[in-house]
This record gives sequence, C-alpha cells and structure tokens, in this order.
Amino acid sequence: MKKIGAIILTTVLTAALATGCGNNKNNESNAAANGGNAAAGTIKIGANLELTGGQASFGDSALKGAKLAVKEINDAGGVLGQQLELVEADNASKSEEATRAAQKLITTEKVVAIIGATTSTNTLGIVPVAQDKKIPLVSSSATNPKVTVDERSGDLNEWVFRASFIDPFQGQVMANFATETLKAKTAVIYTDTSSDYSKGLQKFFKETFTKSGGTILSEESYQQKDSDFKAVLTRIKEANPDVIYLPGYYEEVGKILKQAREMGITVPFMGGDGWDSPQLAEIAGAAALDNTFMSNHYSPEDSAPEVKTFVDAFKAANGDLVPDGMAALGYDAVKLVADAITRAGSTDATKLKDALAATKDLQLATGKITMNETHDPVKAAVVLKFVDGKQTFEAKVNP
Amino acid sequence: MEYFIQQLINGISVGSIYALIALGYTMVYGIIKLINFAHGDVFMVGSFIGLFSARYLASVGLPPVIVLIISLIISMTVSALLGISIERLAYKPLRKASRIAVLITAIGVSFFLEYSGVFVLGPQAKGFPEILNKKQYQLFGSSVQVDSNQIMILVTTVILMIILQYIVHRTKIGKAMRAVSYDMEAARLMGINVDRTISATFAIGSALAAAAGVIFGMTYNSVDPMMGVLPGLKAFVAAVLGGIGSVPGALVGGLLLGTVETEISSLGYSSWRDGVAFAVLILILIFKPSGLFGKNVREKV
Repeated sequence: MKKIGAIILTTVLTAALATGCGNNKNNESNAAANGGNAAAGTIKIGANLELTGGQASFGDSALKGAKLAVKEINDAGGVLGQQLELVEADNASKSEEATRAAQKLITTEKVVAIIGATTSTNTLGIVPVAQDKKIPLVSSSATNPKVTVDERSGDLNEWVFRASFIDPFQGQVMANFATETLKAKTAVIYTDTSSDYSKGLQKFFKETFTKSGGTILSEESYQQKDSDFKAVLTRIKEANPDVIYLPGYYEEVGKILKQAREMGITVPFMGGDGWDSPQLAEIAGAAALDNTFMSNHYSPEDSAPEVKTFVDAFKAANGDLVPDGMAALGYDAVKLVADAITRAGSTDATKLKDALAATKDLQLATGKITMNETHDPVKAAVVLKFVDGKQTFEAKVNP
Repeated sequence: MEYFIQQLINGISVGSIYALIALGYTMVYGIIKLINFAHGDVFMVGSFIGLFSARYLASVGLPPVIVLIISLIISMTVSALLGISIERLAYKPLRKASRIAVLITAIGVSFFLEYSGVFVLGPQAKGFPEILNKKQYQLFGSSVQVDSNQIMILVTTVILMIILQYIVHRTKIGKAMRAVSYDMEAARLMGINVDRTISATFAIGSALAAAAGVIFGMTYNSVDPMMGVLPGLKAFVAAVLGGIGSVPGALVGGLLLGTVETEISSLGYSSWRDGVAFAVLILILIFKPSGLFGKNVREKV
C-alpha cells in the first residue's frame, strides 16, 4: 500500500515538474516578447512600496495614487509621445527588502526612475542603491531630512528627491499649533525609538516647542510591535502635561490612544502623518480619538480646486474610496517624475535628475511645489482634528 | 506609593499574558524536549479564530458572555487540532532525528503559519472587539486603577495553571506524559501509547495558546499575522526564567518578566526595558542555570 502511494506521488510530482518547466519556458519567451515591445514604446517607472508588512496600508494607498497618475498621463498622450509603465516591487515594509527591490528594479527592469518608499526608514534602504547606480529616486512621503542629505558628511544625496515636506516642518507645525491654538505650556513626547521618522519629528517638535517658551516634562519611548503601554502611560499621567506629542505609526498609536483614554488621560494627543490610516480608528475606537490632532500633507476636505479634482478622479477610479495623504503623495511623486521627463526632453538619468532639482511652482494635488537646494519641496501642511473617528480639516499652515 | 502599586498592577497584567503563553511552551518542552517555536504562531491563529467567531456570534445577537465562552471553545478546539496536525506532519517524522533538525523544523512551521496568515488575511492589523466591556475599578481613593480585563487575565492564568498541574499530576494521561518525559522507550515498553500522549500534549499546549490569543486580542484590540513573534519570544524567555519544563515556573517567570519590564519603564528608562529584562535572565541563568524552578529534573512536565 505504501509503495503504491509512493509511486503515485512520484508520478504526480514528476508530471507537475515537467509541466511546470514547460510553463516557465513559455512565460520566459512571452516576457522576452513583451520586453521587446516595452523598449520601443514605454517609459518604465519603478514603484518600490510597502505592499505587505506593518506599513502595508501606506504602500497600498500610495500605489493607488501612483496608478491614477500614470493612467491620467497615459490617457492624455503619455510623456514625450511614449506611454508610462509602473513596475511594482514589494519591499515588505523592511529597509533591507527595499534595497533588494531597488536593485531588481534598476538592473532587471531598467526603470528610468524609482518612486517610494513611503516611510523614511525604508527609503533610507533605497538611497545607497539610487546613489550608486545613478538613477533618480523620488520618495512619496519619506519626511526625515537625512533621506536627501547624508547625515554624517552633510552632503546632498544628489539622486534623491521627495514629494512631501520634511520632519522639521511637521514638528514645527504641531509645536506651533500646540502653543498657539491649544495654549499648551507643558508637553510630554512619546517616541517610537525603532523608527527614524518618529525620532525626527520628536527632535524638531522639542526644538520649536522649547523655543516658544514651552516646557518638555519628559521624553518617553516605545518600540514597534509593543502592545502594553500602561507603564509609561501611568508615568505620563503623573507628569500631567497639557498635551502629549505622539509621532508614531498608526498600529501602536491606536493601542496607545485606547489604553490612555481607558486610564483616564484626557489631554490632547498630537501626531504626524504616520497616523494617517483607516486602521487607526478601527484599533483605537472613535471615542479614544476625541481631542486628537495630526499634521498631514493634505486633507480631502480642503476646498482648493486642485484637491477637489484629484479627490473626484481618485474616487471614480477606486470605487468611491476617499484618498488619504499617502495616496495623494503617491500621485504627486509620479507627476513630479513625469513633469521632469517632459522638461528634460529625454529619459537620460543626469538630465532627469537636473530637471527634478529645477522643479518650480508645479501645481500638484498636495499643493504648489518648488524644490529647494536640499531637494525638499516647499509647500503647505494641514492640521486635522478627529471628530467621531474621522479626520476633519482644522487649519492650513504655510511654510 | 500609589504610583508604585499602580505600576505593579500594570506589570502583573503584562506578566500574566506572558505566563499564559509560557505555559504551553513549557509543557511541550517538558514532554519531548522540543522548543516549539511555532507556539507563538498557534497563539496568533487562535486569536484570529476567536476574532472571526466573536464577530459572527455577536452579529447573530448573542449576549457578550456567551459570545466569549463559545469563541473561546471554538478557538481552543481548532487550535488543538492544528497543534496535533503540526506534530503529526512536521515533528513526528523527525522523532528519531537530531534535536537541531526538529528545532529548525519548528522555526519553519512558525514561518509557514506567519506567512500563510499574511497570504490569507493580509498583513494589516485588524481591530479586535472588546467582547465584554471593560470596567474600571478604583482602589485607594481614585489613585490606583484596575480594569476588569487585567483581573480576568490573572485569574484565567492561575486557573489554567492549576488545571494543568492537576492534569499532569492526578490523571492517567498526565501519568503517561510524565512517563514519556522520563523515558520514551521505557514508557512504550510499559504499554503507554507514546504517539497519543504526545498528541495530547500538543493539543493541550495549543489550546492554551489559543486561550491566550483570544484574551490578548480582547485586551489590546489589535491582531495581525505577525502578532505571535514578540509575545512568543517573551514567553519563551519567561519559561526559561522560571525553569523550562516547570508549570509553576512559567507563571512565576512570566510575572517576574512583566514586572521587571514595567518597573524599568516606570522609572523613565523605557528604552532600556528589553535590555534590563534580558540582563535579569542572564543573571538568573548564571546563578541558577536550570531557571528558578528547574531543580526537579525528574518531573519536567
């Protein structure tokens, strides 16, 4: 009986292997044929995004935005008479996977530019590859300054750009919002120490808040994937600050807000664009989000015409889904690259890089962008307030 | 003083979750000397099954207490079956192989469960319903706060530990487990069905993990396919701390680890938390290499 089983198994396996090989060969020849066509008619842009892993919600939104931009550009006749093609690569929300995905995009797929990743930590995994292979990289929402400026040498990473504003600005916006609108005198900062993004926001919030006369009562920290925050929250409750700055990502932020409200901490919590995910309300619950504020790149409720056009187009393409900030920035990143290719008049890497650096007064979904000398866009930020678990437009802050 | 007591309560509640997961670790290790790295992922599977059954039962309109009890039973049963299948498919063929081969297989099973979870459910964290509404109790005026969940976790952990001790020391299957643990070959010669005994061990261990998963979900309101990794690691440390193979050791190890971590954070050194927790582990292992309760080598159940 066992023998018969083994024979059947072997036969099935062999058959599977044989057909498997046959299919592979077919696929390869198909791919080769497609590749040949692609070289003639399309311009490839790589999308190195968080399609799986802890920040998959960001990657997913950014990809939807990027796809919309590509579709709009192609419908309008493409760039330099050629169609754009978006090549997706998953970085699994890990810096080292982002490095690998970037190498694959450049060497195998021969992309002219890469957009992504959505977080600073993952983008920093791509930066060395872009610099080394001399291919322009436009991160959609990496907000840490050291993405475009090398931290140790202070030199500009000349191949790296971004579509978002940077951490100093988000930190400043929230610090000013805390002192001017919320009239806060004291604050506690609760940072995610496993994230460069969180530490960046923390540093600049502290600088601005202290400069305008506020006192930081204490600085606490947690790590990604922590789930019990009551020890530190008890400590924060003892300190009794006017506001709590929580520049982390939605998963932990959701748990922190929930536990804090349960413990009777009622003061405002404030954060950055890392809060921007529908999961936040699902984890924390709408009640815990009362009296919380976040800075973001844009608000779908903004009445500016360019925002309205984008929101309508996005809803039409994605079954009435309202685009979040990550989607808007994914869209903008593709538009930035397309604009630069048009102005450069070619897909030559050096010309493309120079054109990106010279971007001026370009009207995009998240505002009017001018690249400054460190490749950071100068543009406005918005502050959002949570009402019944939903983001509502609170204020727009210009640089 | 109130601050200290509050932090102690926080620590005990964190520690009881570690202890609950550690019970399953220590039990499997006690019987077949296998560090079952897939334990944390069975915990994750149990939590998801609890989530789906709770959502379904709540939508049918059952009262919360019934929802909790039925979801717990479903989740523990399915996870027990999962545990048995893991043992049958992955570990049993390797029973005569070297221990390192089994250990690596366990890591493989762990990855398999994690990424199957990502494939089927997506990588996103999902919200978990509270099921029973949390109630806050104030002690010493209003300065110290305990919620109903924190009490429930500790009570559940202690009850499960007592049941486990009872099974191992007072029942026939427990006797068989201890015999297998002592000498597998001799137990077989005495007419004990070794395979069934090991299956029973995995079933109980996995059911414990599932119970921990549901309670974890209710407490922290978020579940994702990778949620088993860190608690699994911490529970493993707790089991080693208490003396792996010892059931009361798992409880004491879990509570100790939770309290140490919390006290470090409460003193304002939150970034040193894991470092100090592991330093405590190293210190204990230097002075007592078999862990706190690891001295009774003959009864490793």
